[in-house]
Amino acid sequence: MLFGFPLLSLVIWLPIIVGLIVLAIGNDRNTLLSRWLSLVGAIFGLIVALPLYTRFDPALSTMQFVEQYVWFERLNVYYHVGVDGISMPLILLNCFITPLVVIAGWEVIRERVSQYLGAFLIMSGIVNGVFASLDAVLFYTFWEASLIPMFIIIGVWGGPNRVYAAIKFFLYTLLGSLLMLIALIYLYHVSDGSFSILDYHQLPIAMTPQILIFIAFLLAFAVKVPMWPVHTWLPDAHVEAPTGGSVVLAAILLKLGGYGFLRFSLPIAPDASLYLADLIVLLSLIAVVYIGLVALMQQDMKKLIAYSSVSHMGFVTLGFFMLNGLGVEGAMVQMISHGFISGAMFLCVGVLYDRLHSRQIADYGGVINKMPIFAAFFMLFAMANAGLPGTSGFVGEFMVIMGAIEVNFWYAFFAAMTLILGAAYTLWMYKRVIFGAVANSNVEGLEDISKREFILLVILAIAVLWLGIYPFPLTEIMHATVDNLLEHMTHSKL
Amino acid sequence: MDFLPPDFTLAYPELFLLVMVCVVMLVDLIVGEKRRYFAFFLAQFALIGCAVLTYTSFSSEINYTFSGMFVDDAMSDTLKLMVYATVAAVLIYSRTYIGVRGMFKGEFFSLALFATLGMMVMISASHFMTLYLGLELLSLSLYAMVALQRESTIATEAAMKFFVLGALASGFLLYGMSMVYGATGTLHTTKLSEIIQSGMIDHAVLVVGLVFIVAGISFKLSAVPFHMWAPDVYQGAPTAVTLFVGSAPKMAAFGFVMRLLVDGLGELVSDWQGMLVILAVASMAIGNVVAIVQTNIKRMLAYSTISHMGFVLLGFIAAGGNGYSSSLFYVAAYVLMTLGAFGIVMILSREGFESENISDFKGLNQRNPLLALIMMFLMLSMAGIPPMIGFYAKLSVLQAVLSAGYIWLAVVAVLLSLIGAFYYLRIIKFMYFDAPESDIPILPAMDIKMLISINGLAVIMLGIFPQTLMGLSLYVIQQSM
Repeated sequence: MLFGFPLLSLVIWLPIIVGLIVLAIGNDRNTLLSRWLSLVGAIFGLIVALPLYTRFDPALSTMQFVEQYVWFERLNVYYHVGVDGISMPLILLNCFITPLVVIAGWEVIRERVSQYLGAFLIMSGIVNGVFASLDAVLFYTFWEASLIPMFIIIGVWGGPNRVYAAIKFFLYTLLGSLLMLIALIYLYHVSDGSFSILDYHQLPIAMTPQILIFIAFLLAFAVKVPMWPVHTWLPDAHVEAPTGGSVVLAAILLKLGGYGFLRFSLPIAPDASLYLADLIVLLSLIAVVYIGLVALMQQDMKKLIAYSSVSHMGFVTLGFFMLNGLGVEGAMVQMISHGFISGAMFLCVGVLYDRLHSRQIADYGGVINKMPIFAAFFMLFAMANAGLPGTSGFVGEFMVIMGAIEVNFWYAFFAAMTLILGAAYTLWMYKRVIFGAVANSNVEGLEDISKREFILLVILAIAVLWLGIYPFPLTEIMHATVDNLLEHMTHSKL
Repeated sequence: MDFLPPDFTLAYPELFLLVMVCVVMLVDLIVGEKRRYFAFFLAQFALIGCAVLTYTSFSSEINYTFSGMFVDDAMSDTLKLMVYATVAAVLIYSRTYIGVRGMFKGEFFSLALFATLGMMVMISASHFMTLYLGLELLSLSLYAMVALQRESTIATEAAMKFFVLGALASGFLLYGMSMVYGATGTLHTTKLSEIIQSGMIDHAVLVVGLVFIVAGISFKLSAVPFHMWAPDVYQGAPTAVTLFVGSAPKMAAFGFVMRLLVDGLGELVSDWQGMLVILAVASMAIGNVVAIVQTNIKRMLAYSTISHMGFVLLGFIAAGGNGYSSSLFYVAAYVLMTLGAFGIVMILSREGFESENISDFKGLNQRNPLLALIMMFLMLSMAGIPPMIGFYAKLSVLQAVLSAGYIWLAVVAVLLSLIGAFYYLRIIKFMYFDAPESDIPILPAMDIKMLISINGLAVIMLGIFPQTLMGLSLYVIQQSM
């Protein structure tokens, strides 16, 4: 609450309501109305979220903007929302990406436009709900509900193999979530009928149940992140999804998994987290190194970026389980930065795809001769993806590596390999697509980016550079929360 | 000995309905072909009348009449009200469907009302004979309804199968009841528990009787391995009848299980729990797995029903007010979803065209976005995805099972429902991702369109605000135990 005004609820429900209105009034004859309405709704969604940042007290580690009402008494479930330094930046990231996605689909999506835009707006609200929920049932409701619009987006507006990708996406995530549901109900049972996540943080649990709970959560979050070896749905989903879908998937939905670790796994099962930290680190390093190598061999640009996402998200889980301030904060920065960079990379591929309807690297070459402005932007984002200092990609990776060195030199050594691998696969792709002589007649006919695309890329470029040069506003707000989390983890719950 | 007439007031709804059934039959004889809708309106009037009678006499006390053979408590009143609403909705959904198939006749309505009467008797029975009476009244009406389309061989076959297996199940049930009578010397469900508690009985005989009773119950619930009839009957019967068979009788079956196992044989809870565990797991497994390969939507929904009944049984396994009330909530949610799903199947059917194949749903989003959206809500609800009501039903059942200590059962249940999600998603895939095969517009009548919209809205709104139905379920179960 902010002066008695339910700000957080507005952030959650405004996009959903606008989305429903777009669905209800939109028709395929007057698409412009749906488009403008969605854009205005998305921008308003961002504007109402801004006070979350300006009114946030970074010195506090407790929940802020809290709202709590009874939802249903039968199972003691509350509509309980609030944000801390971990969830607030993620909500802002989501609200920031949503208008970009609406703009990205402006001329590209021509079929069933209002359904497309409505689905994105509704998803944006639902994702805000996931980040803000402090009640397990509320959280689970938003968590699962976020699958529905994404499923429709991939399945209706996706590529040729979209049905397979959509169903794989849905079932994979559902598999993980269902075991989490069991864990949550178990916690409800042992906490004498409470679904409050904050109550679970204080709940003493014996080692064996802690490990089982940790594994149930791990499955849910590992699928979402995604961690090796449950990452296989992501390349399929990315390749088939429309550009906007890929952007949201990479920039936002993957963060749900990372967020889950910080909100559930670490504080609820701290002893199991310590006990199993090496396992997670191992999986993360495999993701960083092995998936990095896999990315090197991709022929399809979207697939390459998808594998690069898996590799970068490996950094996030690695940072979390270093269990020190630098590691966790670095991982958080990495999540936000990955949201900007991967979103931008998918937009860049989308720009090319809209023109030539191919994502194959081999179909391009010498694009710089025809699209110099685009090439410049793409260069910046490729460098950021490779972790060049001065871009946001560097900050997170550097912090995580520093955190890893405190724990074990070899962790840091393998983690640092991403700087080589990331540069290799990103820049090699960039070289093949952009540089050289004009490869074929299709490339010959390319036109440089339009105003609309320019605006999108400029906004993201500013974000990437700002976070790379001056990350303090971001680290400042999460500092107290992360410290509190790490302090909480030093007390055994046994 | 003075002869006191029984207290009829408690049974007013049943008596009123009996009179109305006769009126419907007689009126239908008099009115001509043109005025068949008289019977339709009379049937609706009968249901509304019953609802008023039941609602005004709603009391949270437990009252017995007819020498303790008939009980009126909060649970019976609530279940009956749900049954009226369901039957009324079924009749509205069926109106155009049976109209163009020459079944818009008095028989359909009088049989439906007789079946309703049977359900009411089952729900209010506190004696094995009353239970059996209600059950047979329901079953015989259903057999006749399935066979109503005389020219259809597949319907006749379904009716035959239904009848033979149903009679066998009734035989099982009667045999089990006679064993229980042999062991305890009473048929009153209320007196059974006292007698069993006294310990003066032969436990072995009682358990053998229990086995037969559970088998009979499983048949009515269509739980595996007594499910064989369900897919054939669902597929063979005219869709209007399928909807009837698949909806309200499940509520009656819930009441039936409550009266028999909980009120009557509640002392043997540890014996029947074990049996129900096997039935529940088998139902969820077979129902979900076999549903995947179905191409006929009615058959698929039959297997889906089987798996949902597995979930209902989970609530009984959990036992106690918490468990039974979550079962009741699940049944109510299930009936709501089934009504909508078959309602849409009927809307898609036209004169001379039977919508039976899942592929008939192809491109529904282009043909009629509203129906596609409602069907998506229904399918997601059946798959247990929030914020649809189906999720909260699963949540409450799972929480009851977990509280009772069956963690493994909860894990098995969610993994099997994951398999289930696949075939529900397939329907959404057909509706949204595929191009339509025919572009004949779908124009449901106004009342049907209204009802299906309310139904779809209820599936999501009762999910977002589940307290009403959940709280009601808990309240009535607590009042009646």
